Amino acid sequence: MKWAGFSQFWAMGGYGLYVWGSFFVTFAVIILEVYLLKKGRVQTLKLLKRMRNFENEA
Amino acid sequence: MKPRHKKLLLIGIGLAGIGLISALVLNAFRSNLVFFFSPTQVARGEAPTAKAFRIGGLVEVGSVKRQPDGINVRFVVTDTAKSIPVVYQGILPDLFKEGKGVVAEGKLGPDGLFTATQVLAKHDENYMPPEAAHAVEQAQKSQKTLVTE
Amino acid sequence: MAINLYYYASPATFYQLSGKLIPWFGWSAAILTLIGLYISFFVAPTDFQQGEAYRIIFIHVPAAWMSMFIYLVMAFWGAIGLAFKTRLSFMMSRALAPTGALFTFVALWTGALWGKPMWGAWWVWDARLTSELILLFLYIGIMALWAAIDDPQRGDRAGALLTLVGAINVPIIYFSVKWWNTLHQGASIKPSGTSMHEAMLAGMLIMAFAAWFYTIAVALYRVRTLIIERERNSEWVKALTGK
Repeated sequence: MKWAGFSQFWAMGGYGLYVWGSFFVTFAVIILEVYLLKKGRVQTLKLLKRMRNFENEA
Repeated sequence: MKPRHKKLLLIGIGLAGIGLISALVLNAFRSNLVFFFSPTQVARGEAPTAKAFRIGGLVEVGSVKRQPDGINVRFVVTDTAKSIPVVYQGILPDLFKEGKGVVAEGKLGPDGLFTATQVLAKHDENYMPPEAAHAVEQAQKSQKTLVTE
Repeated sequence: MAINLYYYASPATFYQLSGKLIPWFGWSAAILTLIGLYISFFVAPTDFQQGEAYRIIFIHVPAAWMSMFIYLVMAFWGAIGLAFKTRLSFMMSRALAPTGALFTFVALWTGALWGKPMWGAWWVWDARLTSELILLFLYIGIMALWAAIDDPQRGDRAGALLTLVGAINVPIIYFSVKWWNTLHQGASIKPSGTSMHEAMLAGMLIMAFAAWFYTIAVALYRVRTLIIERERNSEWVKALTGK
């Protein structure tokens, strides 16, 4: 095992703030992108459905 | 004017605008393209010595001297051909080491002493564990002794 | 062959096909990310100069590669769209842009967090950093242009033109460290050989492949939404979105 415990792993040789700041922000924006994509698709499908209903009624 | 011509005109205006922006960007960019000057370039008078500029090279081995006041540090930037003495007051980056790359921003005095306001470390593109770095060093040393022998 | 290509270039067929492909790319990306993270933190050794701080490379370099590569792919689809008037190519271009901007942001962000402890500065105006920032502005500019033009066909063409003009920035980014004095170091992977330890290199390449698969999955997902939006009046979308 490379690391002698979790606190050492967390510290990253004194560069913890920079290393974890990089990794966490990256995964945060990726999760945000996936969330926005799913939301966008649901909204589009809803909109199209509403248009269909409107056409069918007309 | 036909709608088609109008459209073409709009596209033309757009392209001209984009061209102008890129020209401006490139121009602004050019003044910053040379991020630093080597001591040789400074000796040849290529650096804008009238204002603040950056010098880059290696920190000469054995040249780093912390002043007794504990604030100022002096070192020499060299490109092996020419060298410039530097005085700096402030925090040095972690990678600042003798024999390693450095970029210093500041002004060159009439006495040839460069007063730096910022010192940046420039590292190389080699990534390896310390043992491997040690082995490379040893190999280079033995090669040198072979050559001199 | 030609008939085949047209078959897949039809939005309706592509919609079905891409729907089947997305889970494969998505799961590949997730698995590769886990392997890559494991190598990044538990297999790759400590660096001789930079200690543990160098581990940012496992995000920074793949993100920077993707930021340039996605732009080139966008420019490619834009050019195909302009030349052959294929609707789907323009949509592909549109679907890639947000992810390209995301990776450009990540490259700049991780670069700042890496530069501060190693160089001693969050940001410097050297050629590499400046040209990468211009890339971010290009992505934002292109997306703004698409958003500003209501007519999809006109927007497609204008966006493709801007993308193609901006493509000149990509070789500038890549070669900047070679052409000019920069604070940023040169490339570690060159045709002449690699200046990286094997485990470090393996981690970086696996993360790069993960980023690739992620990009494909996300771009396909986005293009599917674009397709049903644009083709909403066609019979197949009407059948899809229900009675």
